[in-house]
Amino acid sequence: MNSFIAFIMGPMVWISVIIFLGGLLIKFFGIIWSVRQKEPYIFSYMTVRHSLRSIGAWLIPFFPKSTRLRPVYYGVSYLFHILLFVIPLFLASHIVLINEAFQVSWPALNNSLADWLTLVVIAALVFFAVRRNMVPEVKFLTAATDYLLILVVILPFITGFLAYHQWFAYRWMVVAHVLSGELMLIIIPFSRFSHMLTAPLTRAYMGSEFGNVRHARDW
Amino acid sequence: MQTPDNTMTEQLKDTTDLKKTKATDPAIESGLKRLTRDRIKRTINQVLEKETGPRFKAYVETCMRCGLCADACSYFLSNDRDPHFMPAAKVKNTIWKMLAKKGEVSKDFLRQAVRISHLECNVCKRCAMYCPFGIDIAYMMLLVRRICHKLEITPQYIQDTVNSHSVTLNQMWVKDDEWIDTLQWQEEDARDEFEDLQIPLDKVGADIMYSVIAPEPKFQAGLIYQAAAMMHAAGMDWTMPSTPGWDNSNMAMYTGDNEISGRIARAFFETAAKLRVKRVVMGECGHALRSVYDMGNRWNSWAMPPFEVVHALAFYHELLTEGRITIKEKYKKKVTLHDPCNVSRGRGLHDKARQVVNMVCENFVEMVPNREHNYCCGAGGGVINCGPPYKGERMVNNKNKAEQLAATGAEVLIAPCHNCHSGLEDIIHHYGLEMEIKFLGDLIYETMEKKIYTPGK
Repeated sequence: MNSFIAFIMGPMVWISVIIFLGGLLIKFFGIIWSVRQKEPYIFSYMTVRHSLRSIGAWLIPFFPKSTRLRPVYYGVSYLFHILLFVIPLFLASHIVLINEAFQVSWPALNNSLADWLTLVVIAALVFFAVRRNMVPEVKFLTAATDYLLILVVILPFITGFLAYHQWFAYRWMVVAHVLSGELMLIIIPFSRFSHMLTAPLTRAYMGSEFGNVRHARDW
Repeated sequence: MQTPDNTMTEQLKDTTDLKKTKATDPAIESGLKRLTRDRIKRTINQVLEKETGPRFKAYVETCMRCGLCADACSYFLSNDRDPHFMPAAKVKNTIWKMLAKKGEVSKDFLRQAVRISHLECNVCKRCAMYCPFGIDIAYMMLLVRRICHKLEITPQYIQDTVNSHSVTLNQMWVKDDEWIDTLQWQEEDARDEFEDLQIPLDKVGADIMYSVIAPEPKFQAGLIYQAAAMMHAAGMDWTMPSTPGWDNSNMAMYTGDNEISGRIARAFFETAAKLRVKRVVMGECGHALRSVYDMGNRWNSWAMPPFEVVHALAFYHELLTEGRITIKEKYKKKVTLHDPCNVSRGRGLHDKARQVVNMVCENFVEMVPNREHNYCCGAGGGVINCGPPYKGERMVNNKNKAEQLAATGAEVLIAPCHNCHSGLEDIIHHYGLEMEIKFLGDLIYETMEKKIYTPGK
């Protein structure tokens, strides 16, 4: 059992990071290769300027007109996506681990602030799940996998929160936290989580079609 | 040997969360009868695997089922937010199921797929502006239409326009001599008003080739008269072709008959090349612009059209700002402006259109939302071309547009697109709106200084 835990807490972390980054990288080059093979016209319409214009417009909270029609959803969604990256990357205990491994560090979030923000992420995910079940048009599209994806994201945050407070089974909670974090990283390239890569690409293409060909705005 | 399989419905429960579709269209029904299970599967997989690429794959894999596209769609908004009409649901009930079943879908499923792609989507791309990822659902609906075309289950009326395109290179079975007769008839009529006015046919080396869609010579010849009057008053060096290739419309583009669609666009460009014109000016039609500016040229391997293509809105703007046409007295009634998808979202001409309206009219009021975000007319994208059998439901699906129009309180609705024009006219009558509908050219013709142009002066 101890060797299993040692594996989860040691090599498996690196394996999952490699699968996550490598998977996305392979996916990216796979898409580029496949565009060159089958749909090279895409490159003749894409421009850096219009791609960035569209991605930029959609990164600014409430800049696109349609986002202002759904302020609650987009408010929660923007916040959730920012925190999804900010919390793990700027958590003091994560930085300590990285410092031990690579001797690099950067400023950390205040621990109690990070604690509150973790609750915000959990609340956001609960909101997404409830919305899936409450709003008819979303419910119509929803399948079991959509809840499963929410579960995959919420687990590392719940276990991390419990581990931080050391309320019970601290050691097991840390193992569960690491394990669920690894699971999430590994799943990303193989699931619709890969929208972290493909969404900027589809946005860039649509932004280019609108900006470069249609001379219209797509936000 | 394959025989049509009528038991497929029982075997494949792929239509459980679909609405019931009545079998009304003879072309769809006789097409479905001919289909075999094997052919359905082969065709769907051929289109989805061979005719698409990473773009389609990314669209399918990236959708997070957030439902935000719903607010974009006129059908959804007009049908009391019924989820079946939401853009992503249309993809779910067609593409996702075809993929999940690897093409083994039933005939009931296909009947529904024809309905969804041909009658419940105007391919206006408004939803592409509501999807945070910019997923192009219109592209996927056109893929479904492509599959229906290959299975020969396209609705009867629109298929007839494609047949006409195929035979005559115009949409309305206009015969070669009828076309020339119509132009000469309009020229003769216009000469009562403008001495020496000409509609120059086949003038090689002219600056402009003027092109229209086939419904103009067929039953709206007055629009050609008005265009000729403007060209004359402005002293333009222009011509119209006397041979097939004069029609810039393209219904095959909307049925997924890409081969014929490409032929139409190619004949059009070749006609312009033969006349060695500097640019092509086209009447107030939206889908025709989409054909010769966006889609038809691509099928013929031109990234952008081989000629400068000028839509009527941009051309009016040019004539008025350069002072080639002057407005004698501005139009008095309260007007509002509809933004056709293919000229605003498709070509960014909405601001020029407003400048023209303000130059021509005294009292302009915006409808809300407007510009790129304007609601679809509900007729374009081939929907109205599916014909009278579907008019009743089209009116239901256009409720949202009727409410938007009514809220303006305008007396005159300007619709600078043929499809929008016809569809909005139906809406006005059906919902009893107190509104006249006009093309922008109607208003310019009505208000302009009717100068008589003499060459050399």
